[in-house]
Amino acid sequence: MHEQMPAGVMITEIVEETPSIRTFVFDRKIAARPGQFVMVWVPGVDEIPMGLSSPSSITVQKVGDATAALFAMHEGDRIGIRGPYGNGFSVSGRTLAIGGGVGASPLLPLVAAGQVDTFLLGARTASELLFTDRIRGAAALMIATDDGTAGHHGFVTELISRVDLADFDHICICGPEVMMAAVLAILDREGCTERGQFSINRYMKCGVGLCGSCCTDPHGLRVCRDGPVFSGDVLLDSEFGHYARDASGSRRRV
Amino acid sequence: MVALYPGPIEVGGIRLRNHLLLAAGILGTTGASLARILANGAGGVVTKSIGPSPKEGHPGPCLVVVDGGIINAMGLPNPSAAFVEELAALQSEPVIVSIFGGTPEEFRTVAGWFAGKASGLELNLSCPHAEGYGAAIGSDPALVEECTRAVASLGVPTWVKLTPNVANIAEIGAAAERGGADAIVAINTVKAMRISTALRRPVLGNRFGGLSGKAIFPVAVRCVYDLYEACSIPIVGCGGISTADNVVEMMMAGASAVEIGSAVVDDIGIFAAIVNDLYNPDGIDADEIVGCAHA
Ligand SMILES: Cc1cc2nc3c(=O)[nH]c(=O)nc-3n(C[C@H](O)[C@H](O)[C@H](O)COP(=O)(O)OP(=O)(O)OC[C@H]3O[C@@H](n4cnc5c(N)ncnc54)[C@H](O)[C@@H]3O)c2cc1C
Ligand SMILES: Cc1cc2nc3c(=O)[nH]c(=O)nc-3n(C[C@H](O)[C@H](O)[C@H](O)COP(=O)(O)O)c2cc1C
Ligand code: FES
Repeated sequence: MHEQMPAGVMITEIVEETPSIRTFVFDRKIAARPGQFVMVWVPGVDEIPMGLSSPSSITVQKVGDATAALFAMHEGDRIGIRGPYGNGFSVSGRTLAIGGGVGASPLLPLVAAGQVDTFLLGARTASELLFTDRIRGAAALMIATDDGTAGHHGFVTELISRVDLADFDHICICGPEVMMAAVLAILDREGCTERGQFSINRYMKCGVGLCGSCCTDPHGLRVCRDGPVFSGDVLLDSEFGHYARDASGSRRRV
Repeated sequence: MVALYPGPIEVGGIRLRNHLLLAAGILGTTGASLARILANGAGGVVTKSIGPSPKEGHPGPCLVVVDGGIINAMGLPNPSAAFVEELAALQSEPVIVSIFGGTPEEFRTVAGWFAGKASGLELNLSCPHAEGYGAAIGSDPALVEECTRAVASLGVPTWVKLTPNVANIAEIGAAAERGGADAIVAINTVKAMRISTALRRPVLGNRFGGLSGKAIFPVAVRCVYDLYEACSIPIVGCGGISTADNVVEMMMAGASAVEIGSAVVDDIGIFAAIVNDLYNPDGIDADEIVGCAHA
């Protein structure tokens, strides 16, 4: 395997997308397939996995130490990036995308590539809806908010009944695990789990398939290398929707 | 190239399906990933090192891929006693639990959790980047002997994994043998560091870490060669092995079996690939080549 030292990149632009989500644009383009991710080194703090929202940006939700440190950075500051890693989405024909919260981020490159026909977008509240303008220009957009401040009042999964799943060759999903598990249950009921492509989230330390921190039960699949995108039928009867592991490898309910 | 006769073997009190084991800390955090590697052709697997209390490991970056190798400073993340349950489904499989501790008593405590529940134990006296653990103990022959004795006296097959970051590895190997080790594993990673010129700081969160992969193969061969001269218990070679010919070379230096880690980064099917190249029904018995380079 060839050398993969983190590339030092400079943050050229910070976009406040929602009150809790920012896009960090950097001065380098990474040739990646939609759905691939990078390991982002926040110097002195940690290194964390992030989906690419474009060849030169990540879109980040502030949840803890490393993301808070990113939020404290300014244009002109430097971070390290290695990757792209993982398999990414693979679509042809007609595609339905379902994104919840910051999970819309890795789906955006699919939209930008003109590969999404219909996009179901969910968030807690109207101000947390991500990328609505950019999606609307490229796909049919349907919105749901938990509090009803925009679009359908309820979960994004409830929008699925308003489309005909038979119309789509691929269904790409990224969002909170409970939401993705609910989508998987619907695809299962409709008998089309193999058409679902779920981008899943597990604790990652190495990103290249060696350390084992992101391995899932029962097949020992590595989310960083065999994923992060898995077909729905692979996730049926797995740990998905039930538990994940923390930094020490201990199981935690999702 | 030499071809070996296929079939189960016994090394240091542990029965293995072939001469190839998965090295500690590589895909060793879950029972499912260990099972996957066994199904992929490994003769046995070694788990992630388990210690006296749960640990999250060092802040990232924890690992960087460099030319010819990998530098890691994971910091021994592990779920501790909860790992016993992880192995329940692998009871009858050739699984060796790697353990660590800061004192002989801690080694014995952790060993006690797994005694009778795994094929054997491998003492990590060699991790180069966990303060108070690993190589901090593994460079002191008296401590190595004591820790080994504390575990071996439980009556379980006990392997001791050594660090190459010492002036005289043979002296440490002899101490493990005196402590009652059934086999010696050599080597763990070689202390190393890289600096990001763009960010003007060491890449790893822990600043330094351990180098593994092809780059350390010659170091590992030399260590196994030295140990073979100094010890009479079996040696398990580890460090940079990625081909069947590397396995044969390690055996000629004195190894009775080998562990493979970093090569998994290029191909998770590496065990099946090496098995395919290494074994042949017309092959010779491994005993004919183990240590033959010492003649
Ligand atoms: C393939 C992949 C793509 C991702 N893409 C995005 C994205 O585009 N945008 C985004 O905002 N988030 C994304 N995430 C999630 C993101 O990695 C975590 O939110 C981030 O690591 C939190 O770091 P922290 O230090 O701020 O939080 P912490 O305080 O460390 O932890 C908060 C929570 O974040 C999770 N987490 C922490 N560290 C890691 C880690 N090393 N690996 C995985 N999860 C971790 C844990 O579940 C933890 O409970 C992605 C995760 C994965 C696995
Ligand atoms: C990511 C990673 C994690 C490791 N974790 C451990 C560990 O927990 N315990 C241990 O004894 N060795 C650990 N090692 C060292 C390996 O078991 C092995 O000794 C070393 O990598 C050399 O073999 P290789 O070149 O085939 O990888 C680790 C190595 C790597 C790359
Ligand atoms: S993060 Fe290390 S194996 Fe996936």
